[in-house]
Amino acid sequence: MTDSIHHHLTDDLLLGYAAGTLPEAFSLVVATHLSLCDDCRAQAEAFDALGGSVIETLGSARLAEGSLEATLQRIAAGPPQERPRPRARGGLFPAPLQDYVGGDLAAVRWRPVGMGVRQAILPSGPGATARLLYIPGGAAVPDHGHRGRELTLVLQGAFRDEDGRFGPGDVEIADEAVEHTPTAEPGQPCICLAATDAPLRFRGLLPRLAQPFFRI
Amino acid sequence: MLTDAQTIDFADASAPRPAYTGKVRPALRRLPPAKAPIAEGSIKETGATVQRATDETDWAAILLQVRDTRDTAAFAALFRHFAPRVKAFLMKSGADAALAEECAQDVMATLWHKAHLYDPARASVATWIFTIARNRRIDALRRARRPEPEDLTWGPGHEPDQTEVLAQRQDSARLGAALTQLPQKQRELIEQAYFGDRTHTEIAAATGLPLGTIKSRIRLALDRLRHELKSPN
Repeated sequence: MTDSIHHHLTDDLLLGYAAGTLPEAFSLVVATHLSLCDDCRAQAEAFDALGGSVIETLGSARLAEGSLEATLQRIAAGPPQERPRPRARGGLFPAPLQDYVGGDLAAVRWRPVGMGVRQAILPSGPGATARLLYIPGGAAVPDHGHRGRELTLVLQGAFRDEDGRFGPGDVEIADEAVEHTPTAEPGQPCICLAATDAPLRFRGLLPRLAQPFFRI
Repeated sequence: MLTDAQTIDFADASAPRPAYTGKVRPALRRLPPAKAPIAEGSIKETGATVQRATDETDWAAILLQVRDTRDTAAFAALFRHFAPRVKAFLMKSGADAALAEECAQDVMATLWHKAHLYDPARASVATWIFTIARNRRIDALRRARRPEPEDLTWGPGHEPDQTEVLAQRQDSARLGAALTQLPQKQRELIEQAYFGDRTHTEIAAATGLPLGTIKSRIRLALDRLRHELKSPN
């Protein structure tokens, strides 16, 4: 997979992910891309290492009285409940995405949004929305610009727009300045994970009317 | 303070990926064993672990001792070094002293409980503690999740190659040195990005610096760090 990925995450996103400051929906796209892309995973680990250096060189705060003893008591109380780390389990979706879907492709609860396009919104906390998109081969996603920022990660098939071709593992990063018309390549349906921190605005009349209902 | 909203701007994020972003991994994490500059035999034995902490302290060896023998004296040495740093990090991130103290204790307890997951070939102890502290901060202050990438298959159970462990340790030391040698203004912006309590826009308002200046300083700082890590010893 890695060698065929041409559109990667930016430093801003990797730094935000390492710092833990991205909205959850964006972190989901980042974690899913990192599961597919060794280059970006190495970069992400480098940004973790930089965080380690920040902690190491930061200086100290005075601890409370009896801090070590209190910590040893916490340890004696036993380990806390932990969410298991995502393990590869096969299928189209990497593990972090399967955690949000509750399974692989077959578990997705699609809703039609017109012209053969389907979507499924994933619960992903405040600040941004994550959703899966299903675009039939050859179909266009209606022409739209953005009020906020949008990450689109291809999981299957491919789409093209003004910025080039995006195949499996590629991530497109769009902001307010981008007005684009993504079109799925003919053949296999294109399935993407998209996250945005603002509702999309469509250029056409009908999609705009439909927008509040479909939250696309 | 932390907010639910994003705190990193990336309005220019659609710019083409710069050529330098090639591979940090070889520089930071993994020297091919054949080309490793230092022979395996020269790895320093740490011996007693409750020594006074110095820059040379092999925290990884001490953490592995905690893992293998559940040695509270070794844990106390880790605690004395890292707990005050974790607390400082959390306070810089917007937590008050009481919350930072509680979370720092939590982070150090997690270090004990998860010691079996630590891989000295992949990360320094400081890096590992940073990731635990960051996740604890997200839980405590944002009540959000941070999805993790799929685990790589090597996982726990594999025995790290000593050459990789040493290379990792050297790279971490170089990264730390490179960070402290950054110009003060660049270093502060990098640190603030990790504290995560202010957006670039808020930093711009507080410092009077144009947003573009902040972004280009961060980019310069990252360029410089990469350059340091790529240059031969």
